[in-house]
Amino acid sequence: MTPRAPASPIAFSAAQLAEVRRLQALYPNPRGALLPVLHLAQETFDYISLEVEEYVAELFDLSPAHVHEVVTFYTLYFRAPRGRHVVAVCHNLSCHLAGAPRLLAYLRARLGVEAGETTDDGRVTLLAVECLCACEHAPMAQVDDRYELDLTPDKLDRILEGLR
Amino acid sequence: MTPERILTRNFERPGSHTLAVYRETGGYTAVDRARQMQPAAIVEEVKKSNLRGLGGAGFPAGAKWSFIPKNHTGPVYLVVNADEGEPGTFKDRYLLERDPHALIEGMLIAAHAIRSRLGFVYIRGEYVQPWRRFSEAVQEAYAVGLLGQDFDLVVHRGAGAYICGEETGLISSLEGKKGWPKLKPPFPAIKGAFDQPTIVNNVETLCHVPHIINRGAEWFAGLGTKTQGGTRIYSVSGRVRRPAIYEAPVSVTLRQLIEDYAGGVAGNGRLKAVVPGGSSAPILTADQIDVTMDVDGLRNAGSMIGSAGVVVMDETVSIPEALMVVARFYAHESCGQCTPCRESTGWIYKMAHRIVDGHGRKEDLDTILDVARRGGGTTICAFYDGAIGPYISYIEKFREEFEALIPR
Repeated sequence: MTPRAPASPIAFSAAQLAEVRRLQALYPNPRGALLPVLHLAQETFDYISLEVEEYVAELFDLSPAHVHEVVTFYTLYFRAPRGRHVVAVCHNLSCHLAGAPRLLAYLRARLGVEAGETTDDGRVTLLAVECLCACEHAPMAQVDDRYELDLTPDKLDRILEGLR
Repeated sequence: MTPERILTRNFERPGSHTLAVYRETGGYTAVDRARQMQPAAIVEEVKKSNLRGLGGAGFPAGAKWSFIPKNHTGPVYLVVNADEGEPGTFKDRYLLERDPHALIEGMLIAAHAIRSRLGFVYIRGEYVQPWRRFSEAVQEAYAVGLLGQDFDLVVHRGAGAYICGEETGLISSLEGKKGWPKLKPPFPAIKGAFDQPTIVNNVETLCHVPHIINRGAEWFAGLGTKTQGGTRIYSVSGRVRRPAIYEAPVSVTLRQLIEDYAGGVAGNGRLKAVVPGGSSAPILTADQIDVTMDVDGLRNAGSMIGSAGVVVMDETVSIPEALMVVARFYAHESCGQCTPCRESTGWIYKMAHRIVDGHGRKEDLDTILDVARRGGGTTICAFYDGAIGPYISYIEKFREEFEALIPR
């Protein structure tokens, strides 16, 4: 597997550190900026390793255990390298009724991975996720930042072609 | 006659998300009017309008605002719950993307009413496009001084957790913690975000406020039922011909929504069941849809309006399979804080799964019902009470269908 290599060493640039301070100043208690700073950390370091947790903990003067507790609570923080693209298929009620199980089966076969896994070439991480609140366009998926709606196998093929 | 649309009236207008178009259509006139009013008069107006919280709990909005202690001299925070996540609901996504300034104006008026100088909008992490759109609107509002004079607004992105839609879970998350709900009392209006009095309102609730100020409480109250004013946005999905959002007066019936608004039942065309208010709302059978879609109408029918997410099932849908899907969701999203919820959601999912797989045991259905009935009211927040709704109603109303899957 060849995922994106994490930037090293684990450190924000001067501009990013200024952004961290700006975010912290927005909240009555600077700790309020923890989730946004973890988003920034994930954009920068690709995923939230234990080292990243320790680094972020230092920026907030929090224990690494607190940051770990937060990181592991939420689904959008990745704790291991992921693929260059993430395809997150909704499998909740309306998408289920519209054929999400068939779509997931198609993707598993097409990509050769189970939900939660990354393709050998590091291109795609496949996820099955809970309601993304676009039920009027079921079945749907989130592909990186975008919502892809009214999916069919053909449409999925076209989307996958676009993922390098 | 098509009823007047209020919240969605500009949705088809090009550039509806921009300050210029919002102003062209009368935007930001209500906040000027509100600033001429005493805070207590605004609260009174909203009380009289019968505006109910549209995020799920249906609590009267004006009454909630009035709970801020009068003698409090420190900061008061206004928090907007844009952590839309109730399965079957997608209305706030539209409001954030297509009319973000309506939310900002609603916030400005609410902030004046509760004397808040700082607000937060908590947007679910998956909503990247709505977050960008709303953030652009906030920048526009800052640029012309609508924000930043006596009220500041922070846009906060969540990180993926349904429980953060629960108002005290949301507050924990906003404070930089895992989204564990907090014991009430104290209620957020007394001790909320960062230990200060806090009002948490849903996006749609606040988007109504400018219209109430401009057109009056009586007009708004007159649009709805005796106990709930106005319109709301119904998210209709599942097996209907035209799945979409539909704004309607809260006196609309479920039958009208399905047949007139959403074009009727798809699939085999014959209705089997409907989830009327997001997945936590007890399911209704085909003969229960002549019910008004307001808070009390659904309560009297033994269900709840919740977030007004309507999921329609035709006769070809397997109810045990639907329960398995819903149970998987609650098992995944239980925050783990309270034992009854953490344990039951996991085990009930396993039982629902094995029933669908044909390995159910004959005692499983009664075990699920027993565990669910005992668990209500035993946890810190309403999450588990919400999970119980589908567990009990799916099995009680469609028991034969479950039994047919269980080997004798």
